[in-house]
Amino acid sequence: MSSPALLLADSSSNLLAARNQMGFTLGFHIVLACFGVAFPAMMLIAEWRGRKRNDEAALRLARNWSKAVAVLFAVGAVTGTVLSFEFGLLWPRFMDRFGDAFGIAFAIEGIFFFLEAIFIAIYIYGWNRLSPRAHMWAAVPIVISGVGGAFSVIAANAWMNQPQGFKLDASGHVTDVKPLDVLFNNATGYEFFHMLLAAYMVTGFILASIYAVGMLRGRRDAYHRAGLLIPLTVAAIASPIQLFVGDTAARAIADDQPSKFAGMECIYKGGTDQTEWLGGICTDGKVKGGIGVPGLDSLLVGFSTGTNVTGLNQIPADQQPPALTMLHLSFDTMVGVGTLLFLLAVWFAIAWWRKRDLPETKWFLRAVAVSGVAAVVALEAGWIVTEVGRQPWILYKIMRTSEAVTPAQGIWWVFAFTMLLYIALFTTAALIIRALARRWRAEDLREPPTDVPYAPPREEEATA
Amino acid sequence: MSTADVCAAILWIGVTLYAIFGGADFGAGVWDLLAGGGQRGQSVRGQIDRSIGPVWEANHVWLIFVLVVLWTAFPTAFSAIMTTLYIPLALAALGIVLRGSGFAFRHALPGPVQGTASRVFGVASVLTPFFMGTVVGAVASGNVPAAGDGDPTASWTGFLPLVTGALFVAVAAYTAAIFLVRDSGAAGDQDLRDYFARRALIVAVVAGVAAVLGVIALRQDARFIYDGLTSWPGIALVVLSGICGLAALVLLVADRNRGLRVAAVGAGVAMIWGYFAAAFPYILPTSLTISDAAGASATLTEVIVVFGVAAVLVVPSLILLYVLSQRSALEAYSTSSEVTSPRQ
Ligand code: HDD
Ligand code: HEM
Repeated sequence: MSSPALLLADSSSNLLAARNQMGFTLGFHIVLACFGVAFPAMMLIAEWRGRKRNDEAALRLARNWSKAVAVLFAVGAVTGTVLSFEFGLLWPRFMDRFGDAFGIAFAIEGIFFFLEAIFIAIYIYGWNRLSPRAHMWAAVPIVISGVGGAFSVIAANAWMNQPQGFKLDASGHVTDVKPLDVLFNNATGYEFFHMLLAAYMVTGFILASIYAVGMLRGRRDAYHRAGLLIPLTVAAIASPIQLFVGDTAARAIADDQPSKFAGMECIYKGGTDQTEWLGGICTDGKVKGGIGVPGLDSLLVGFSTGTNVTGLNQIPADQQPPALTMLHLSFDTMVGVGTLLFLLAVWFAIAWWRKRDLPETKWFLRAVAVSGVAAVVALEAGWIVTEVGRQPWILYKIMRTSEAVTPAQGIWWVFAFTMLLYIALFTTAALIIRALARRWRAEDLREPPTDVPYAPPREEEATA
Repeated sequence: MSTADVCAAILWIGVTLYAIFGGADFGAGVWDLLAGGGQRGQSVRGQIDRSIGPVWEANHVWLIFVLVVLWTAFPTAFSAIMTTLYIPLALAALGIVLRGSGFAFRHALPGPVQGTASRVFGVASVLTPFFMGTVVGAVASGNVPAAGDGDPTASWTGFLPLVTGALFVAVAAYTAAIFLVRDSGAAGDQDLRDYFARRALIVAVVAGVAAVLGVIALRQDARFIYDGLTSWPGIALVVLSGICGLAALVLLVADRNRGLRVAAVGAGVAMIWGYFAAAFPYILPTSLTISDAAGASATLTEVIVVFGVAAVLVVPSLILLYVLSQRSALEAYSTSSEVTSPRQ
C-alpha cells in the first residue's frame, strides 16, 4: 500500500463523512429554525385576535403554542450551537482563510439571537404576570429578530454561493474586506426572501395540518378552527409570492452559477432552445424517463426560446456538481410541491371569497393535513439544490470543499452517533408535544362553555 | 491599543460573561444532579427551575458570541484550536445538546422519564464545563501550535488541562450556589438558603484546592502565564481575586445577602482578566500573538461596531430579563394551558 494513495482515500472518505454530517445537522436545524422565525408571529396574531375580539379559543391557542415553542426553541438553540462548532471542527481550512469575511454576517446575527432568546423567555414565562399589553409588546422584538436572524445566516450562505467584497493576498487569506458587499452579495436578495417565505410556509402549513387532522377526527370546535385558520392564512399569503421569488432565484442562478443551474436542470449540452425536463433520471448524457417540453427551459430563463443556456459540456469535469439525478429531482420536487401548495392556497382563497368561511369538506382538510409535511419536503429539497448544487466548491469558484475539510479521523462514527442522538431528540420532542396536546384536551373537557371569555379562575387551578 | 487588541478585549468580555452566567447555569445543573430525591430534592430542583428557567437560553448565547468573534476576528487562532482540540470541543458540544434538551424536556415530560431527563441534564452539566476547562488549559499550556494540527490527545490530557477542567466545574458550582443562596434568600426560604450556603462553602474549598494545584501546574507547564500572573499587572488582579473570594466567604458565613454576589463574581472576573493580562500579547501563548492572528482590518472594525450596537440593544434587554426574573414577573414552566393568576 503506497501511503499517498491511502491518504487520498482517507481524506476523500473524510470529505464525504463531513459533508453528510454538515448536511444532516443543518437539515435538522433548519426545520426548528423555521419555527424560530415564524412561530412567534403566529402566536402574536393569535394573541392579538384573542384579546381584541375576546376570542377565547384564539387566546388559548397562543398560550398553548408558547408552551410548545419553549421546547422547540431549546432544541433549535442547541442544534444551532452544534452548527457553530461544526464550522471549525469540520471545515477548519475554510474558516482559517475566510473566517473574517464569512463571519461578518454571523457577528450581526449574534445580536438577533440575544434579542430573540431574551424576549422569547419574557413572552413564554410572562403570560400570567405581565399585563396583556406588555406581553404582546414582548412578542414584537421576537418577530423582528427572527427576520434579522434569518437575514444574517442566509447572507453568509449566499456569500458562499456568490463570494464578493474581498481580495486575496499571496497566502490565499482575505484582505480588503468590504463588509457591506459581503452582506449584500448577488445572491442575498433572493435567498433571503425565499427562505423567509419558506419559514412562514413551513410553520403555517405544519400548524394548520395538525388542526386539520384534529378536525378530520371530529374535533370541529372553535379552538381547532382558529388553529387551522390563522396559520393557514399566513401560509396561503406566502405561497404565491414564493413562486415568484423562486422563479427569480432560478433565473439569477442561470446567470451567476451556471454549473448549479446546468446540474439542477440536467442540461448536458449548452445552447439555445433548451428542453425543460420534468422529472427523469440523468445518465449517459441525457435525461431518461422525464417529460420534456421543448424550448421551455430557454423560455423560462430569458423569456425567449432563443436564450442560450450553459450546459455541463461547457464546464470542466472537475467543476461539475455531483449526484445530478438527486439534484434534478430535488429541484423538481421543490417546484412541484410549491405549485401544489400554491393551488391549495387558491382553493382556500376561492372558498373563503365565496362563503366567508373555512371550507370544512373532507378533501380540503385532507389536503391541509398533508401540506405540512409537503412544505418540509420542499424546504429540504431546496437546501439540497443550493448546497449540493454548489459542489465541488465550498466557496463558489474560489475554494473547494475538499481543500476545506478537516484531516481529523473518525467523522463517520461521529456522524452515526449524531444521527442516533438527533433521532432521539426529535422523537422526544414530538412525544412531548403530543402529550401536551392530550393534556390540554383533557383540561378542555373541564372548561366552562367557550362563549364565556375570561371565566374567573377556578378553585382547582389555584391548587394545581 | 490596536483594533486587534480591542477585538481581543471584546472576545474576553464575552468569555467573562459566559463564564459567569453560563457557568452559573452549569453549576445549577451540578446541584441538580446532587440534590437527591424526596421532598428536599424537589424543593432544590424547584428553586433551580425558577432561577435558571427563563434565563438559561440567553446566558448560553454568550458562547455563540465567543465562537463567532473568535472565528471572525481571529480566524487563524480559531482554526488552530479547532484542529488540535477537536475531541474535547466535540464532547463539549455534545454536552451542550444534552443539557439544553434535558433541561427543556424535563418539565414537559411525564413523571417516570422526568428523572432520566434530569440526570442527563445534571451529568452533562458536569462534563461540559470540564471539557471547556481542558480546552482553556491546553491553550494556556501552549499546546496549540499556531499552524494548528497539534496533538489531538496529549494536548489536553496533561496535568494543567485536567486541573483546569476540574477548576471550571468547581467554580461553576460555586457561582451557582451563590446565586441560589441569593435567590432562595430573597424568596424567604431560609432552609434552602442554608442548604446552598453550606454547599457553597464546601465547593469554595474544593475550588481553592484546584486553584492551588492549577498554580503549581502553571509553574510547570505554562511558565509564561505563571510569570505573567506573578508580576505586574497580573499580580494585582490575582490579589483582587483573593480579596473578593475571602469577602464572599465571610458574607456567606455571616448569613448576609448584600454584596455576596458581587464579591463572588468579582473573584472570578479578576481571575479571568488576570489570565488575559498574563497572556497578553498572545492569543495562543506563546505561539500566536493577537496581532498575527487578527483577520482583515475592515472586519475588525465591523466587529467593534457590532459590539457597540449590541451593547446598546442587548444589555438593556438582558437587564430587563434579569430584573423581571428576579422580581418573579416570570414564572417556572408549566405544561398546563390554564391561567393561574390573570391580571387583566
Ligand atoms: C417551503 C419551501 C419552498 C418552496 C415552496 C419553494 N422553495 Fe425554492 N428553496 C427553498 C424552499 C422552497 C429553500 C428555503 O429550501 C431554499 C434553499 C436555499 C434558499 O435560499 O432557499 C430554496 C432554494 C431554491 C433555489 C436555489 C437557490 C440557490 O441555490 O441559491 C431555487 C432556484 C429555487 N429554490 C426555486 C424555487 C422555485 C422556482 C419554486 C416554486 C415553484 C420554489 N423554489 C419553491
Ligand atoms: C448560513 C447558512 C449555511 C451555511 C453557511 C452552510 C454551509 C455549508 C457547508 C460549509 C457545507 C459543507 C460543504 C459542502 O458540502 O458544501 C454545507 C453542506 C451542506 N449544507 Fe449548507 N450551509 C448553510 C445552510 C444550510 C441549511 C440551512 C441547510 C439545510 C438543509 C443546508 C444543507 C446542506 C447540505 C445538505 C449539505 C451537504 C452538501 C453535500 O452533501 O454535498 N445548508 N453547508
